[in-house]
Formats: sequence, C-alpha cells, structure tokens
Amino acid sequence: MSKQTQVYDKEIVFAGLAVFLIIVTFPFWYNLVLGKAASAPVPELTKEAKAAKTCVLPAAEMKSEHMRILDVWRHSVVRQVKRVYTTPDGRDFEMSLTNSCLECHYNKTEFCDKCHTYASVDPYCWDCHIDNPKEIK
Amino acid sequence: MNENYMFSLMAVILLFLLAVLGVDGFGLYSFFGIFVPYLSFAVFVGFFLYRVIGWARSPVPFRIPTTCGQGKSLPWIKHAPIDNPSTTGGVVVRMLLEIVLFRSLFRNVKLQFRERGAKIFYDWELWLWIAALAFHWAFFAVVVRHLRFFTEPTPGFVKFFEYMDSFFRVEILTDVVQIGLPAMFISGFVLLVAVVYLLLRRMFIPKVKYISLSSDYFPLFLIIAIAVSGILMRYVSKVDIVSVKAFTLSLVKLSPALPEGVGTIFYVHLFLVCVLLVYFPFSKLMHMGGVFMSPTRNLANNTRMKRHVNPWNYPVDVHTYEEYEEEFRDKMIEAGLPVEKGE
Ligand code: HEC
Ligand code: HEC
Ligand code: HEC
Repeated sequence: MSKQTQVYDKEIVFAGLAVFLIIVTFPFWYNLVLGKAASAPVPELTKEAKAAKTCVLPAAEMKSEHMRILDVWRHSVVRQVKRVYTTPDGRDFEMSLTNSCLECHYNKTEFCDKCHTYASVDPYCWDCHIDNPKEIK
Repeated sequence: MNENYMFSLMAVILLFLLAVLGVDGFGLYSFFGIFVPYLSFAVFVGFFLYRVIGWARSPVPFRIPTTCGQGKSLPWIKHAPIDNPSTTGGVVVRMLLEIVLFRSLFRNVKLQFRERGAKIFYDWELWLWIAALAFHWAFFAVVVRHLRFFTEPTPGFVKFFEYMDSFFRVEILTDVVQIGLPAMFISGFVLLVAVVYLLLRRMFIPKVKYISLSSDYFPLFLIIAIAVSGILMRYVSKVDIVSVKAFTLSLVKLSPALPEGVGTIFYVHLFLVCVLLVYFPFSKLMHMGGVFMSPTRNLANNTRMKRHVNPWNYPVDVHTYEEYEEEFRDKMIEAGLPVEKGE
C-alpha cells in the first residue's frame, strides 16, 4: 500500500487548524488591527517633583517596588501608628498616599494612571483615598 | 531515586543554568530575548500544524467511538444521546464536555486489592480529576492574563480575567514575600499546587510510578520551574513591568527592542517558556490538538444508519453473474444447468 497522502475530513480539520492559528497569533493581529501605536508611557513629572529631583527611593527602584513601599507605609501607619519614613539617604517623609506621593505627583492621571492603564492594573486605593488633593482645594 | 525523574529534573536544572549563564555570563541578551522566542513560536506553530495534519492523514475506516451508554436503537429502548451519540450534535456536546470538564477522567477508576489481595476493588479516582481540572483551567487563566503584555490597549476579556483572578484579596507583608500589592492572582498558585500534586502522584504511587517515564516528568518539572519563576518575579524580586511590556509588545509588533534593566529572572522565565513551546509539538503535550482528533470521541456511533466505506479499499475486479453466464452459457446449457437468458 502506498503512503497515505490524502487528508481526511479536510473541511473540518482545516477549519479547526484555522481557528488554532487565529487564536495563537492573536497578539500579532490584534495590535495591527486594534492596537494603538502607543509606545511605553513616560510618566509626567510635576513642577514640584522636578524641583525635588529625587523620589522617595531611586527611580529604578520606584518603578518596580512602589507598591511594596505603599504597602509598608500603610502597614506601619495603620497597624503600628508610625507616620514618618526615613529614606536610606536620610530624608523624612510622611507615610501618606495622598499627602506624600500625591503631593509631588498630584497629576495622577498623567503619572500613576498612565503606567497603570498600560500595565492593565487598577489599584483600588482610590475607592477611599482622595486622588487629586490639589484640584479639590 | 528513579532515573526517570532524576533525568528530567537534571534537564530542567540544566536549562535553567543555561539561561543564567547565557544571560549573566555571556550577555547573550538578544539571543535569549529575541532569537529564541521567535524560533520557539515558529517551531510550536509549524510542528503543531504538521502533527495534526499527520493525524488527519490516517484513515479511520470504521466508526470506533467508545460507547458509554445505550446506542440508538428501537424507539422504545432508551438512548444515551451524549454517551453514545448518533448525531453530529451529540458528538459536539460530548466533545465539549470532554474538553472543558474532562468527563472521561471523571469516570476514571483505580484498581485496588483489599484484604491482602483477596478482593479487588475499583475505587473512583476523584483527586486526579480535580487536580487535572484545576491545573488546566489555572494554566488557561494564566495564559489569558499574560495577554496584557502582548496587547495595547489591553482587551476587556483580559481585564475581566485579571479582575476575577484577583478576587480574593489575600495580603501578606513580610520582608521577603509581599503579596497583596500587587494583587494576588490565585490562578498562579492553583497552577503550582496542582502541578506539584500531579508530580508527587507520579513519584509516590507505585503503580503510577511504574508506568511513568522521563517524558512524563519533564513537562511537570518544566511547568513547575516556569510557575515558580513567574511567582518570584511578581511577589519577591520584582521587575519593571512597563519595560517588560514594551519589550513583549515590540516582539509581537515584529520590531524587537530589548528592555533596559530587567533582571536575569525574566530571561529565565522567558527561556523556560520557549523550551515548553518547542517541546510541545513533539511530546505528549500534543494531546491539546490530539483530543480533537481522537476517533474514539469524535465519531458518531451511526453505523446502523449510514454506510461507511473503508477509504483504503482498492477497486476489486468483480465478475458478476451476468458476465459469468455470458462467458459460460454454452457450456452451462450443454451440461443442462439452468440459465437466466436462454438462447
Ligand atoms: C519629593 C517628591 C516626591 C515624592 C514625595 C514622591 N515622588 Fe515619586 N518621583 C519624584 C521624582 C522627582 C521622580 C523622578 C525621579 C527620577 O527620574 O530620577 C519620581 C519618580 C517616581 C516613579 C518612577 C516614574 C518613572 O519615571 O518611571 C514612581 C513609580 C514614583 N515616583 C512613585 C511614587 C510613589 C508611589 C510615591 C509615594 C510613596 C512617590 N513617588 C513619592 C518625586 C516624588
Ligand atoms: C476601605 C477604604 C480604603 C482603601 C480601599 C484603601 N485605604 Fe488606605 N487607608 C484607609 C484609612 C481609613 C486609612 C487611615 C488613615 C489615617 O489614619 O491617616 C488609610 C491609610 C493609608 C496609608 C497611610 C496614611 C495616609 O495618609 O495615606 C497609606 C499609605 C494607605 N492607606 C495606602 C493605601 C493604598 C496603597 C491603597 C490601595 C492599594 C489603600 N490605601 C486603599 C482606607 C483605605
Ligand atoms: C512607571 C510606571 C508606574 C508609575 C508612574 C506608577 N505605577 Fe503603580 N504600578 C505600576 C505597575 C507596572 C504595577 C503592577 C505591577 C504588577 O502587576 O506586578 C503597579 C501597581 C501599583 C499598585 C498595586 C495595584 C494592584 O492592585 O496590584 C499600586 C497600589 C500602585 N501601583 C500605586 C501607584 C501610585 C499611587 C502611583 C502614583 C503616585 C503609581 N503607582 C505610579 C507602574 C507604575
């Protein structure tokens, strides 16, 4: 018997494979068809932040670790009643989301949200915390 | 000790070291970050198609569904339309339940000797089903969630998965591990626990151990390594997600640009995933495509209603009675045999 070369149930098999291809190549065509040409977000610094020059910790560390800092701050304020944070280089900060972070970064939409939308994270903090102290004043 | 799982474990450790050495030691960033991912994706897709088409070339001459219920028969005999489907609709329902709920695994039993081997019992093997279901669904959720790195804007269904996945706000804050901010995604942990269970099952149940080969252990170790490196990256040694996303997006936009300042652990995670992709089409993992192609599931049991012709039947030279009589009529008449067409 010669080697089988025929594909049985062609219609179903190829339809199935087409579905497979469409699914596994999803990121490729999604970004072509629906994607924005957006490049990585550059969070905007406010005048006050620019004047301060440095964040609580070096920027590289802030980028990946800022949620940890917020978690530690929250923990020490709410559980240990400690409200002052001293950075390794000796600056003091009030451990406060609104009064520290947003004091410098009061442009939440151009700063925090820009990254968060890009990374698809939606912190629930703003359910309670005021997100724009400068505007409310 | 068992050489099968030691071999697989060594292989995964070696792959891990290879990535660490390649990235940290030799700085082969573009090899591990660009070349390997593209190559592995091409291999995965290409050989996946090749394997499935290979299967589609095998003729299935007979209807061979495993029947798990009464076949369609006389109207007063109760028919099991899903367990012994006679129509395409029944097959679709059966396949769907098999693929999303692993129905046949649910019915799996294990043989047990009781009373010092005097009695045989068939126990329902529920845990394998639970672990398999947890593992596959968690894996699915993890894959969908990762689409946030490959799409901009992130589509709604990915956000929905993230929302559901972080539904339980488990918050742990220690010096090393920090879970809560960022939110804990439960699927990663379910995946890890389930795959560890599946591994321990193979290592400690003697009968399962006896039939387990390196090719059974290797994917388990590999997936454990992938899950652990991913979990480490999210909750322990964090990476800059924005740079990572810029990089993964650049890959799918076909203009690769390596990320700045993203740690080795990211390259390890990525490399192990690439290994999984390459390994996929050549291994038992192909059951992902195979489940759709299995004739014991995807055929309707309709042999009594439809004629199925064996596709490899070659044309047989038939000599019909009419031709026979035509050839031998004279001799038949001579011998006094009855003929249909007299002269
Ligand atoms: C004293 C003002 C000040 C305070 C308070 C402050 N920041 Fe910053 N932040 C800055 C400056 C200035 C930069 C830019 C640093 C640089 O580029 O070197 C920055 C950078 C950052 C970045 C990195 C952005 C990038 O370029 O990718 C993040 C994330 C960040 N801050 C978050 C926070 C959070 C969260 C808090 C509260 C815990 C906080 N900041 C408090 C001034 C501040
Ligand atoms: C259910 C409401 C609620 C939510 C949601 C919430 N917080 Fe708070 N948070 C509070 C309250 C109440 C305090 C106590 C304020 C005080 O004692 O000054 C607090 C205090 C804090 C503090 C220290 C004090 C200060 O002024 O900021 C930090 C830091 C903090 N929260 C961070 C966060 C972060 C980060 C999130 C999101 C991940 C978050 N919180 C979500 C209610 C909430
Ligand atoms: C450089 C980009 C960037 C900037 C700027 C930034 N974030 Fe984030 N943030 C991220 C990323 C990325 C994550 C998610 C990390 C992950 O998914 O592992 C995150 C996560 C968080 C989380 C945890 C959310 C969760 O539910 O998982 C909180 C809280 C948070 N950011 C607060 C802030 C605040 C407040 C600011 C503004 C002061 C800010 N971030 C600015 C990138 C940024």
